[in-house]
Amino acid sequence: MTDATLGEKENVLPPPAEVEDVELYHAKSWLTHYVFSQDAKIIAIQYAGTAIAIGLVALVMSWVIRLQLAFPGAIPFIDASHYYQAVTMHGMIMVVYMLTAIFLGGFGNYLIPLMVGARDMVFPYVNMLSYWVYLLATLVLTASFFVPGGPTGAGWTLYPPQAIMSGTPGNDFGIILMLASLILFIVGFTMGGLNYVVTVLQGRTRGMTLMRLPLTVWGIFAAAVMALLAFPGLFVACVMLLLDRTLGTSFFMPGIVEGGEHLKYNGGSPILFQHLFWFFGHPEVYIVALPAFGIVSDLISTHARKNIFGYRMMVWAIVAIGVLSMVVWGHHMYVSGMNPLFGFFFAVTTLAIALPTAIKVYNWVLTLWRADIHFTTPMLFALGFIVTFVNGGITGLYLGNVIVDVPLSATMFVVAHFHMVMGVAPVLVIFGAIYHWYPKITGRMLDETLGKIHFWITFLGAYAIFFPMHYLGVLGVPRRFYELGETAFVPHSAAALNIFITMAALIVGAAQAIFFFNVFWSLRHGKPSGSNPWRATSLEWQTPETPPGHGNWGKELPIVYRWAYAYSVPGAPEDFLPQNAPPLKGEHSP
Amino acid sequence: MLVALIMVAVVAASLLFHFLSPWRMTPIASNWGYIDNMMGATFWITAAGFVAVILFMAYCLFRFRHQEGRRAAYEPENQKLEGWLAIGTTIAVVALLAPGLFVWGQFINVPEGAMEVEAMGQQWQWSFRFPGADNRMGSSDVVFIDSNNAFGVNPNDPRGQDDILVSNDDLHLPIGKPIKMLLRSIDVLHDFYVPEFRAKMDLVPGIVTYFWFTPTKIGEFEILCAAFCGVGHPQMRAKVVIESEDEFKTWLAARQTFAQSRRGEAAHDRRASAQ
Repeated sequence: MTDATLGEKENVLPPPAEVEDVELYHAKSWLTHYVFSQDAKIIAIQYAGTAIAIGLVALVMSWVIRLQLAFPGAIPFIDASHYYQAVTMHGMIMVVYMLTAIFLGGFGNYLIPLMVGARDMVFPYVNMLSYWVYLLATLVLTASFFVPGGPTGAGWTLYPPQAIMSGTPGNDFGIILMLASLILFIVGFTMGGLNYVVTVLQGRTRGMTLMRLPLTVWGIFAAAVMALLAFPGLFVACVMLLLDRTLGTSFFMPGIVEGGEHLKYNGGSPILFQHLFWFFGHPEVYIVALPAFGIVSDLISTHARKNIFGYRMMVWAIVAIGVLSMVVWGHHMYVSGMNPLFGFFFAVTTLAIALPTAIKVYNWVLTLWRADIHFTTPMLFALGFIVTFVNGGITGLYLGNVIVDVPLSATMFVVAHFHMVMGVAPVLVIFGAIYHWYPKITGRMLDETLGKIHFWITFLGAYAIFFPMHYLGVLGVPRRFYELGETAFVPHSAAALNIFITMAALIVGAAQAIFFFNVFWSLRHGKPSGSNPWRATSLEWQTPETPPGHGNWGKELPIVYRWAYAYSVPGAPEDFLPQNAPPLKGEHSP
Repeated sequence: MLVALIMVAVVAASLLFHFLSPWRMTPIASNWGYIDNMMGATFWITAAGFVAVILFMAYCLFRFRHQEGRRAAYEPENQKLEGWLAIGTTIAVVALLAPGLFVWGQFINVPEGAMEVEAMGQQWQWSFRFPGADNRMGSSDVVFIDSNNAFGVNPNDPRGQDDILVSNDDLHLPIGKPIKMLLRSIDVLHDFYVPEFRAKMDLVPGIVTYFWFTPTKIGEFEILCAAFCGVGHPQMRAKVVIESEDEFKTWLAARQTFAQSRRGEAAHDRRASAQ
């Protein structure tokens, strides 16, 4: 496609801007500059900071879970109620309040305007509101730890009838606060999501065609579109469940006898809730995964000094995954009692999604072929992502294939699978991305040695947690069991395996202190990075100031002449050509 | 160099763990050996993919690591290679999906003449019902549940009078006969799960769900609940005893029918009111 030496066409300047540069909102006080900020870069840091803070709560919850599973009953504080509350809060926080928020609200806000060459998001005020509503949602969720009865222990899927009945911990205030918090989160997310989508579509600078966008932007863009379509499913489910709980409606509640008493519910459908929940819940997996896919593509390409292999295929794979992921939700419900004929449909769609996903994996590793690989910390995290994602992805072929799911569903196999594929893998990408973009955000490098220590403990440790866990599931150990007790089919050696997993979990959790130390220490003592320490091509590295100032670009917006993967182009003086560098003589880049 | 070696070590350790692990599927005790075969086939296909991708990656990490003067090749795409990889992956996926769907077809089609047995779940115990002499299960609904009708069997349905009730006790089943489990809950979601049978299905309040299996091994097996149902979830257990047809019949004959349980209760009530 491209060869600078082959140029036959004359380079043509991109067309003039369709829309005049719009004057930005300029903050006048410290408060509007740093707190109620309308600058996407500040909002990004607020989002990411909040997401990481609440994520630490989830980390502590995971220790509670693991301690109970390894040493049942040894810690008096962890009774059955507290165990289920920890399981529920860990899951919900990690999936929604941490992963979704940090990828879209954090990286989306920071990177979209810079990568597409815009001065800011198109709706800065709404963008600000988005963060504050998200913060409110997080506070409401946190408040549920302090109300009578504590947070809900319904499991993160919140399945009725159990979620709002007295046999479940936190059925008083906990569940109400959880539902209210989710409703707020979705309101806040919708404001942000619209911004991300419209900015990508309307805010691109001259020359930045859709097929020149870095894959990071493609991933975040597709995820934001999906989230706008999928979150309403959760929204209505939460509203209806809240009505069932508070006003006694029966959207999801059939006739029920509890402790010999007939409850006043009748005619509702518990399975309807599951459909609504997973109509959101499955796309949610890809709402987290697609930004990770995009980011990891850029990390690999930059640090291997090579164009991403098969860019167009990568874009279409993202689009295909986005579309398919809207029609696979039933694979979470193979044994839910829904019409069994659905099994055929959802197994076909689910296994079909393996194809574009596999293509992405091939293209990542093929990018390494004949590359010039620098083992920087971001690159190591990207490689760790490939291992954990492939490992977690292939177990999806067990669970997606309806009949194989039957014995494995609701066992520890499922827990191991989704942690590997949408827990460990995306979190490794988040770390890689922070090591990669920290210099742009702060102007200083993170310490590489600490970064590498952090990587190896996190990667190998997390693999040691979740790889063996699959085998507990194969054995038949069910998930969501406070204690397994004595069961004939589980050998005593399984207890030893549980202790091993818990030890690994405690070590990996504690090792994150290295990361936090690095982040805070490097703020002042890190090596100054300059504007483009990785010698990367995409626009965010070409800003006149580092960290980028208000409005990102100084007087003139950048003009884009090529795609984001012009690494090691033959004939080019260096091994990278920034997207906005004037065209080489005779160059014909995508 | 070191990175490539560690990646190879991760693959090797994973394979070793798999083959040396003492944690394997419980010995099967039902007709669903097909499911175990599918699991085996899925392992080989997916493990081959995992090993190939990670070893290829490790090779690249070793071979194309940065060295002084190295410059990467420039190759935006290679449609031929991408096409072949897509075709290969499609074949692997179809190879898993087609037999999987075939077995699923068997799973959801209950053989003619399967014996119907109802499992009823409530927080946090199991009860069971057999259709009785007429071989037909009486209708039921939570509205009929009261102090002397714990199952909610319709008292006006003649088919239900001879239904045999096993309240909060172990389940006995004959070996070698297809069993259609009808599943019913009176409060929250539960799931009838016997690891050795491989099959499982949710109990959903408001509707009756089902699945089928044929027990193939004499013995006692544990019934667990596999759908989170509140704080007592792990304690919701019972035993299923697989025995010969004769032993099963003897056991069944000693259980109360619905009508008997009503008469007993009614007599008990009369005595209580006479005092």
